Amino acid sequence: MNKPSRRMVIGATAGAAGLAAARLISKYGMVPPDHYGPYGIGQTLTYASHRILMPKQTLAREFDRSQISTVASVNGLPPPTDDYKRMVSNGFADWRLTVDGMVTRPLTLSLADLKGMPVRSHITHQACEEGWSFIAESTGVQLSHILNLAGVLPQAKYVMFFSIPEKGAPLGKKWGSLDMEDAGHPQTLLAYGMNGQDLPLDHGAPLRVRVPRQLGFKSLKFLTRLTVTDTVKPYGKGWGSSSPERGFSWYGGI
Amino acid sequence: MATAESAYLSDATPANAVEAQRHTALVRVTHWINALSFFGLVISGFAILIAHPRFYWGETGGIGTPYLFEFPLPYMKGGPSGWGRNLHFLVAWICVANGLVYALSGFVTRHFRRHLLTANPTYDPLQRRTYTALIFGLLPFLIWTGFAMSPAITASAPAVVTLLGGQQSARTLHLFAAVAIIVFFGGHIVMVYLAGFKRRFLAMVIGHEGTDKEHV
Repeated sequence: MNKPSRRMVIGATAGAAGLAAARLISKYGMVPPDHYGPYGIGQTLTYASHRILMPKQTLAREFDRSQISTVASVNGLPPPTDDYKRMVSNGFADWRLTVDGMVTRPLTLSLADLKGMPVRSHITHQACEEGWSFIAESTGVQLSHILNLAGVLPQAKYVMFFSIPEKGAPLGKKWGSLDMEDAGHPQTLLAYGMNGQDLPLDHGAPLRVRVPRQLGFKSLKFLTRLTVTDTVKPYGKGWGSSSPERGFSWYGGI
Repeated sequence: MATAESAYLSDATPANAVEAQRHTALVRVTHWINALSFFGLVISGFAILIAHPRFYWGETGGIGTPYLFEFPLPYMKGGPSGWGRNLHFLVAWICVANGLVYALSGFVTRHFRRHLLTANPTYDPLQRRTYTALIFGLLPFLIWTGFAMSPAITASAPAVVTLLGGQQSARTLHLFAAVAIIVFFGGHIVMVYLAGFKRRFLAMVIGHEGTDKEHV
């Protein structure tokens, strides 16, 4: 008599606690978009524990100018399209960055517009998930500045990043997203400069995002459009980024 | 006196010996979860390694910079390190959670005190020193060097990586620690073989060696 009832009480309590935890977690955005499948358990534990345990807006380490690497490797080449070559040849004069989605004032910005905004630089470490890394200075506009200009609606949860379209890749060969915490982070830059020069073509000219608290593959290159959204489901397979579709995680904090 | 003493010994020694070689259910379950985690982490670690089988010291390193050493393996970009990382970080959670359960219960049940930290009939001093160094030294160091490669963790706690001499140093030390664990695993298998594989294997599966029915 006693045992089943105790078991039931424990079961009901655990069930209720689990349900409450699930609701809290989904409310505070602790489930990454690629939470499906067995690996998704690991992704969710990692992302949620980072968001719960780590103080918000901690700054990635910044380095001295003397520590800037002389070699900065890349993965992924510039879009092999005629459009891109034409943009390069006229110094990206007709390139535009579109900011749309859940904003009160959609924006279309030229490179000159961006360069006219408050400048922020940082010298940070950038590591590829493969294992290699370099230190470089990134110069650009804080993403939070652009988001404030556009007026992000309160229900927004992610900022999507799309690169210059290629054949068979209308969203760009690589695209992705950041949650609002990393999008609004003071070191998250829309960078048009690197080590005092214009951003080199291989490093994503004319504009890339730099996210120093995540691995290099989250710092998407060749940007052309940002979309503020409350769901990543409509894009690709709905996993928030092209990287999970190639077998990599959405969250790049580890 | 002599009779009483020998009677005491003949009566008690076999029971003591069996008792000393018994593994509790918790030790057995955590052992096998740990064994599976070990294979998962080694396999996935190797999958990550072959994306860039070259090792450096300091903060940075890549093709075209000085390096410490490299494995004669092909650079397999864009493939195995994807599932390798996903598997590594899933199994790491299981391994760490399992390790915490083992470590906490080891303190609470005095398993560590009786079998690792004080002389006992089951393990000789070299074994005790090796297990102690593994559980309280090498495994925490593996976790530390792993954390030191995480840009989010080092943003919160920069000392995690600066104390190791930089992010690439952390990566190299993580490899060295992993190799040390693999060497331990080899030694562990040899020891189990020498001690009688079937008996020691059974001891870790059913808790005793399956020979003395009285103590089942």
